[in-house]
Amino acid sequence: MTVETNLKMTEQELRSFSEMNGEPSWFTELRLRSFAEAETLPLPKPDKTKILNWNFTDYPVHTVKSSTFGSIEDLTEDIRTIVDLEQKNLYIQHNNTPAFSRISEDLAAKGVILTDIFTALREHGDLVKKYFMTNGVKADEHKLTALHAALMNGGAFLYVPKNVEVEEPVQVVFYHDDADASLFNHVIVVADTSSKVTYVENYFSTVAKSNGLANIVSEVFAEDNAQITYGAVDVLAEGFTTYVNRRGVAARDAKIEWALGLMNDSDTISENVTHLVGDNSIGDTKTVVVGRGSQKQNFTTKVVHWGKNSDGQILKHGVMKDSASSIFNGIGKIEHGATKSNAEQESRVLMLSPNARGDANPILLIDEDDVTAGHAASVGRVDPLQLYYLMSRGITKQEAERLVIHGFLAPVVNVLPIEGVKKQLTEVIERKVR
Amino acid sequence: MSTLVIKDLHVEIEGKEILKGVNLTINTSEIHAIMGPNGTGKSTLASAIMGHPKYEVTSGSITLDGEDVLDMEVDERARAGLFLAMQYPSEISGVTNADFMRSAMNARREEGDEVSLMKFIRELDSKMEVLDMDQDMAQRYLNEGFSGGEKKRNEILQMMMIKPTIAVLDEIDSGLDIDALKVVSEGINQMKGEDFGCLIITHYQRLLNYITPDHVHVMMQGRVVKSGGAELAHKLEAEGYDWIKQELGIEDETVGQA
Repeated sequence: MTVETNLKMTEQELRSFSEMNGEPSWFTELRLRSFAEAETLPLPKPDKTKILNWNFTDYPVHTVKSSTFGSIEDLTEDIRTIVDLEQKNLYIQHNNTPAFSRISEDLAAKGVILTDIFTALREHGDLVKKYFMTNGVKADEHKLTALHAALMNGGAFLYVPKNVEVEEPVQVVFYHDDADASLFNHVIVVADTSSKVTYVENYFSTVAKSNGLANIVSEVFAEDNAQITYGAVDVLAEGFTTYVNRRGVAARDAKIEWALGLMNDSDTISENVTHLVGDNSIGDTKTVVVGRGSQKQNFTTKVVHWGKNSDGQILKHGVMKDSASSIFNGIGKIEHGATKSNAEQESRVLMLSPNARGDANPILLIDEDDVTAGHAASVGRVDPLQLYYLMSRGITKQEAERLVIHGFLAPVVNVLPIEGVKKQLTEVIERKVR
Repeated sequence: MSTLVIKDLHVEIEGKEILKGVNLTINTSEIHAIMGPNGTGKSTLASAIMGHPKYEVTSGSITLDGEDVLDMEVDERARAGLFLAMQYPSEISGVTNADFMRSAMNARREEGDEVSLMKFIRELDSKMEVLDMDQDMAQRYLNEGFSGGEKKRNEILQMMMIKPTIAVLDEIDSGLDIDALKVVSEGINQMKGEDFGCLIITHYQRLLNYITPDHVHVMMQGRVVKSGGAELAHKLEAEGYDWIKQELGIEDETVGQA
């Protein structure tokens, strides 16, 4: 059977790509199946953003080949600004090429796995199979997840075994410096029972304009009593069409904390969903965003409560300038049976320009009586009384606005555990709001 | 010596005239107190001096050493030497108290001549000790989640760090228990000297037990209706305001419908 696609790739080419990477047969099958399904599956429908005319399928080339780094001293100056030479647990992907990887001896001895997704498929196939688009994001959810599964061309795999607590953060850098590169990255983070890990990823473009696509999926699993802190700073260039889906599943007594600094200059659909499956599980989602230029973005943050006594917190702060337009959907969903659960959310949008648009849509969907929930949402300008207060101490209006904006975006900056990344986010914010 | 001169000041808020010709002169080395019942325009005067965006000066003048204060932006007034301890200070999330105060101090200095971190911390620590404030308040977000008393202390802390020429303290004593009142008064008394003048706005004579004013003014109906020395405050404490109203033939002391 031949499948007609509007993709720049044939089924045969996809099969060759899979073979070249030495992928297990189940994975090749998943690619081909998804490749076919992508034809007929509909696009997702992010609330209040029309994406029917967005380009999710046309890209210059599926894979580019880029240089690798022999040692940490060989990293480019750009990367060195966000990676400390002392960083022990590190994976760097250069466009589509796994470029550098290392993990401390101690963690390796304890069975912690940190590697690129292709190596993981070859060397830890069963483990990857258990988690890859099975329980988190499904390949057949919609056209974009299917395209992702079919075209996956990069990503990382982090596995922390039972009872292992990783003290130092794990850093992953997706370094993008080729305007023709497309990023179909898949990240899997698994913290097995009673383990603990902090993972921080960077999407880091250094080209001014990209011709490519970004269709990114992260799946994050905290097993019973495990804890994951997931930090991300996305700085993808203008020109990308970006779909980024980060999803977490928390088992009994588990905790997933997200700290996402979404600073893309591209049009972006971002989806961040946390399923609180186990009793007493906790999901804490912090997202900060700056929109500028004529960017169109849609950010959905959702916490779904299945387990009893589960606690979901959503905090979203967005700054909009120029004629940027963003939709912020915050959804707390409590399923029937999730008694004593608590769903809280706060969405705030700060408008710096009369032409910018920002919508904060707080949504609570509750199918259980014995729960607590709350939401707060606001869209507005910088409070003139705050400016008055700061200025009354001699601070100029410009500096006062800068302080208020940085303060507004501080909730994510402050919790990022890697200094270089924290500094990067602060500088990106500085650059974008100026 | 510096001098703040307020002449025939008329101020409106949302079209309603609140101040109807205030005259007041404050020199450095002097402590002035403005007393008066609620609703007589005291806080409006404070806000107008600092340049609150909602208050509109319709006539009259404010000058600091001859410079036209009303012509200055709020931050320029501050850098010229004015300070207002606010009754309801804003909360600014994400900005630490310490960062804010350093920004305020550096705003008065040339680029490249910023106050050194060590010197700043030493000074901040010592002032916080005077005000009996927890050290962790330096790293908390500006006024966020502060109790009423903590906010008042924080206003005085800022004054002590910034060292203004003329400070206006708007009801700095309201809501303070007696211990906090003593501490705040101690902070203000430490500022006293040839290079510092102060205008204290208060309902209560109680604060003036700890800070002796050189001049006491009573405001009614949007004007200063009586001025005297420290003894005037004592008389007000003992006898209330009715004798002044009788003396001046005032029935309703508040700023009535214009």
